[in-house]
Amino acid sequence: MRGRGRWATLVIAVLVVGAAFPFYRAVAGSLTPEAQLFEGAPLWPSPAVLDHYRALFTERAFWLPIRNSLVVAGATTLFCVTIGSLCAYALARLRFRGKALLLGVILAVSMFPQIAVVSPLFLLLRSVRLIDTYPGLILPYLTFAMPLAVWLLVGYFRQLPAELEEAAMVDGASRLRAFREVIVPLALPGLAATAILTFVYSWNEFLFALSFTLGPERQTVPVAIALFRGQYQVPWGQVLAAAIVATAPVAVLVLAFQRRIVQGLTAGAVKG
Amino acid sequence: MAAIRLEKVWKTYPNGHVAARGVDLAIADGEFMVLVGPSGCGKSTALRMIAGLETPSEGKVIIGDRDVTELPPQERDIAMVFQSYALYPHMTVRENLAFGLRMRGVAPAAIAQRVDGAARALGLDSVLDRKPGQLSGGQRQRVALGRAIVREPKVFLFDEPLSNLDAKLRLETRAELARLHRRLAATMVYVTHDQEEALTLGSRVAVMREGRVEQVGPPLEVYRRPATVFVATFVGSPAMNLLAADLLPGSQAGGRTPVAGATLGVRPHDIAVVPPGSGDLDALVDVVEPRGSELLIYLRLGPTGDGPEVRVITPPDLEVAPDRVVGLRFDRGRLHFFDPATGGRVG
Repeated sequence: MRGRGRWATLVIAVLVVGAAFPFYRAVAGSLTPEAQLFEGAPLWPSPAVLDHYRALFTERAFWLPIRNSLVVAGATTLFCVTIGSLCAYALARLRFRGKALLLGVILAVSMFPQIAVVSPLFLLLRSVRLIDTYPGLILPYLTFAMPLAVWLLVGYFRQLPAELEEAAMVDGASRLRAFREVIVPLALPGLAATAILTFVYSWNEFLFALSFTLGPERQTVPVAIALFRGQYQVPWGQVLAAAIVATAPVAVLVLAFQRRIVQGLTAGAVKG
Repeated sequence: MAAIRLEKVWKTYPNGHVAARGVDLAIADGEFMVLVGPSGCGKSTALRMIAGLETPSEGKVIIGDRDVTELPPQERDIAMVFQSYALYPHMTVRENLAFGLRMRGVAPAAIAQRVDGAARALGLDSVLDRKPGQLSGGQRQRVALGRAIVREPKVFLFDEPLSNLDAKLRLETRAELARLHRRLAATMVYVTHDQEEALTLGSRVAVMREGRVEQVGPPLEVYRRPATVFVATFVGSPAMNLLAADLLPGSQAGGRTPVAGATLGVRPHDIAVVPPGSGDLDALVDVVEPRGSELLIYLRLGPTGDGPEVRVITPPDLEVAPDRVVGLRFDRGRLHFFDPATGGRVG
């Protein structure tokens, strides 16, 4: 037993180092002066400089893509959680014909490879004049984020005892009120997990954001970083700094709500 | 206060299961009606249709003089105590009790007053600010009860409310329910699978089986004159003995004229153990179970014990041991006969 425990620790250590090292290199690289980056960048830069970060916000107006990403990912998350939870509640609780089929179709929608839908979506968005607008990103994002949200939440709602909302309705609440006052508070861990996953997906999304925006006014963080590359050179220091800035909020979110995410994802797997 | 009527109510679930097959039941204003039967007999479905949590496939549900068949639960002015109690886990006891009043738009001052009153009556004053997770099973049960009482509804519905309590608490709460019914004089419908609970609590008892009502009547009547073989064996503990009537010589005397091949029913309490040869039949003692206030004896009919099994209840001081032959005397005034084909009572 003891030997096995030690092996497990070793394997975990290797995995953690393997996963964390690239991130560490990015942090170190973002603090390394440009000149040193190509002379066998040191493991830790000396002197560590904040030049790249400063350049991000002075030369490049990096706050603009951050704002865009916040708006797009935030709105997508908001819609997903509100509309998605109502939809999931209906699917979890109401009895109606074709429910299994509907759930299947919802799942199927999220399975199309993005690259296959990019061109038709572009034509569609152009015809309704939504190219290079926030709704032009939020609506396509909902197509892949909503099925995920609905599936997660259906699983979560199903494991809440139906007697609770029955009690609420006998007590005089309408179904919607029972949902709001009894189900939603109890489903908060599931809603939080869903919100974070949706936010992270939308925050990281690249292909749609690249295809449906035309200029820096609406470009999101991943697109902006990809377009740092100039004609003759790639400003690697700034790219790394931008990557850190883009990753930090997501990492903080996930770390802060780690337990809730796991709770939400494993809901219904075992009866609590 | 209100009377309740179920008229020819059928319920077929989408999966094809038929839970109610033409249930007709009239519950008088202020009555304590107990629906009792084995699991799957449709008693809970019947209750849920009164509550509005299920809609009948056919038939009508009437509360007071209003047809509520299509009304959602929140418009029926009923209160229900669930088997799992269904307390709102994220609310304190006070908020749980107040929830129904708040949903109905009662003024906050009146809510506080009624919640305090109910809490005092149920001994919940000291736990008003706790959440259900911090309460004992008995306290949760009281909160569930309190949540129904504060509403002062027309009708109380109970779905096996005692089944999660330990034996001692169950007896106490049973007595409390009886007291509550007397005090409120409200119409109460109570579902249980426990025939003893049914007999002790009900003003009337409806015995259900496979989606139908087999017999409705006051508890003693159901016990003394079971209408069918099923009711006879379901009500009363230990269960009534069923024998072929012709096993008992002369049983058909006394003005009874059972059909040919009738089934004879006799309760374990209505058989006396006597010396061998001096009773109606001889039997071999199989197992003796002392139950404190009485003995439960399992016997096999016939001096060699090759006949059917019979259960007998006797006073606790009877000298009896396994493998001894004893005589059995049947109380002639308390024999029941049933038609073997229909299961219905004869005579």
